[in-house]
Amino acid sequence: METTIPNEKKGRFGQFGGQFVPETLMFALEELEKAFKEAMEDSSFLEKLEHELVEYSGRPTPLTYAQNCTEQLGGASIYLKREDLNHTGAHKINNAIGQVLLAKRMNKTKVVAETGAGQHGVAVATACARYGLSCKVFMGEEDVHRQSLNVFRMQLLGAEVIPVKSGSMTLKDATNEAIRYWAGAVQDTFYCIGSVVGPHPYPTIVRDLQRIIGIETRSQMLDRLNKLPDTIIACVGGGSNAMGIFHPFLDDPVELIGVEAAGLGTETEKHAASITKGTVGVLHGSMTYLMQDSFGQITEPYSISAGLDYPGVGPEHAHLSESGRATYHTITDAEAIEALQFLSEKEGILPAIESAHALAQGFKEAASRGRDETIVICLSGRGDKDVSTLIKIIKGGEEDESV
Amino acid sequence: MNRFDCIKSSEKPLFIPFLMAGDPTEKDTIDLALILQEEGADVLEIGIPYSDPLADGPVIQEASKRAFTSGMNLEKAIQMIGKMREEGLHIPVVLFTYYNLLLQLGQQHVVDLMNRYSVDGMLVPDLPFEESESIRNLCKAHHISYIPLIAPTTSQERLVKIAQSAEGFLYCVSSLGVTGERSVFHPEIQRMVKEASMHSDVPVALGFGVSSPEQFNEISKLCDGVIIGSSLIRKADELRAGSSKAETQDWKESFRNFVRSLLLEGVQKVSN
Repeated sequence: METTIPNEKKGRFGQFGGQFVPETLMFALEELEKAFKEAMEDSSFLEKLEHELVEYSGRPTPLTYAQNCTEQLGGASIYLKREDLNHTGAHKINNAIGQVLLAKRMNKTKVVAETGAGQHGVAVATACARYGLSCKVFMGEEDVHRQSLNVFRMQLLGAEVIPVKSGSMTLKDATNEAIRYWAGAVQDTFYCIGSVVGPHPYPTIVRDLQRIIGIETRSQMLDRLNKLPDTIIACVGGGSNAMGIFHPFLDDPVELIGVEAAGLGTETEKHAASITKGTVGVLHGSMTYLMQDSFGQITEPYSISAGLDYPGVGPEHAHLSESGRATYHTITDAEAIEALQFLSEKEGILPAIESAHALAQGFKEAASRGRDETIVICLSGRGDKDVSTLIKIIKGGEEDESV
Repeated sequence: MNRFDCIKSSEKPLFIPFLMAGDPTEKDTIDLALILQEEGADVLEIGIPYSDPLADGPVIQEASKRAFTSGMNLEKAIQMIGKMREEGLHIPVVLFTYYNLLLQLGQQHVVDLMNRYSVDGMLVPDLPFEESESIRNLCKAHHISYIPLIAPTTSQERLVKIAQSAEGFLYCVSSLGVTGERSVFHPEIQRMVKEASMHSDVPVALGFGVSSPEQFNEISKLCDGVIIGSSLIRKADELRAGSSKAETQDWKESFRNFVRSLLLEGVQKVSN
């Protein structure tokens, strides 16, 4: 696997990224950067990682032609990259396996992580169980109530779930608390961040561990159609599945589209569209687009999908947006639910609500394009975790943001 | 003239208290600042409320929330320091602010305001040495002391660079983790302070976790100054909560007594 540590100013993607952390953590970031670089140059580590991705997580994930959707929409051919078929149900495990193996290689015995909806928390708890490390997961108290199923899953896997009562008691605050905890336990604890966010080298590490999505997509497209896709579409909260599928195509003539959560609409305050509506600032160690007020206080994001409900975005996405290499669109809660139902009915695949944002944009694009074009949509996770939310929305007949 | 010049030659350990601006009101912060000066504070740190105070423990997080609710922000806090000056505050004052607040108000605008309202220094807990070059230069050009931090985990190589860049004073983090009271300090602090003093021509002060007279005493033997935040804030909050509106001056006097007892014991022991 190829590693490309961004180089200009340390850990920067254009003006974005960097290392905005308390001094206590600086040595840990240096140590991590060095350890990751060494690991990625060590064939025995790479073999172990690949072995685990194949034998344990079930990679490579298929590229499924969505024939019924394609025919119904009558435009571009739609292919789905099936990250939902990974062990634990989403792309999150690619990163968790890689980082926990790295932790073990660094002789750390404890892992700490943050989680929003619990998908990253479950993935980390899973990897820690398999590789024999202890695991603490910080989760906003709000989310602990909203996602009790995942809380119990993490506990079954042997992790300790710590409810976070500070701030707004959601993902942003769970991340603050995980970083605070890490600062106090930094000598024996590895911080396993869940997305392409945080201080350098995390955005690079997580992206490099998720690049497998794009690498497989590329070879699957070439095997199948003997050409690259015209367009790749993925949802963006922090943006790890999107960075993973985009990155191997950055130098190709392939259109890259990220999809942010518009929540109740970007004209309201109830959304999580950091790139589309946010401004440049610093949160969780990196400079990026944020949802904030004019004084720099971070504001609360909203999305029906807990995985997209984050007030920032990975710094490399901020850079891809600013440079124009990728474009970012938004999809509302209602559009995402409609796409989720469409895919379920047409293809027999229940996607995660996060992924349904990418699907909704993908269906729009497909319908407006010629039949000779191909679009790959990253189906980042499965929707089993969302069933209780869906019952309330679809059967309850009203949108209830407290679900 | 630079107010920090007056503190360099001090014999006794410097007492550097921390208050959150606007916790719970601007007037309270001004009153407590004046009390702290009267009781011997050498430098005052003023915190700015922020939604995501990554380096702070629960006590300062709560203070931050109260201050935010009262409508405090970076610009108002700098103006508030101007009012403290009008009421007789003459010791150096340092802003303790997270980087995003500086970025959004505009770094140039912030240093202009600091000059206008007589604020002497700036400390940014989430801006490590490598990211701070431009703001250090900006501060230098405006005669503002940029106060850097070192921690027990700081490598020798970085410690030297950071200590050499320090102005005003050098802030040594006494423990891993966040701000807040604790009973044990990191075993490396003695070595760290010694190293730092060798490479720095400003006072070396320790913070993060100092709460009792015994600790003040213990710490002040090791270094040139002691920063006390959470325990003052917690005490002020307790005293205020326990008093009725009519007794406002009473709780502030109780706060004065608390500060006095904290210092008296520590300073007496040191001067022995």
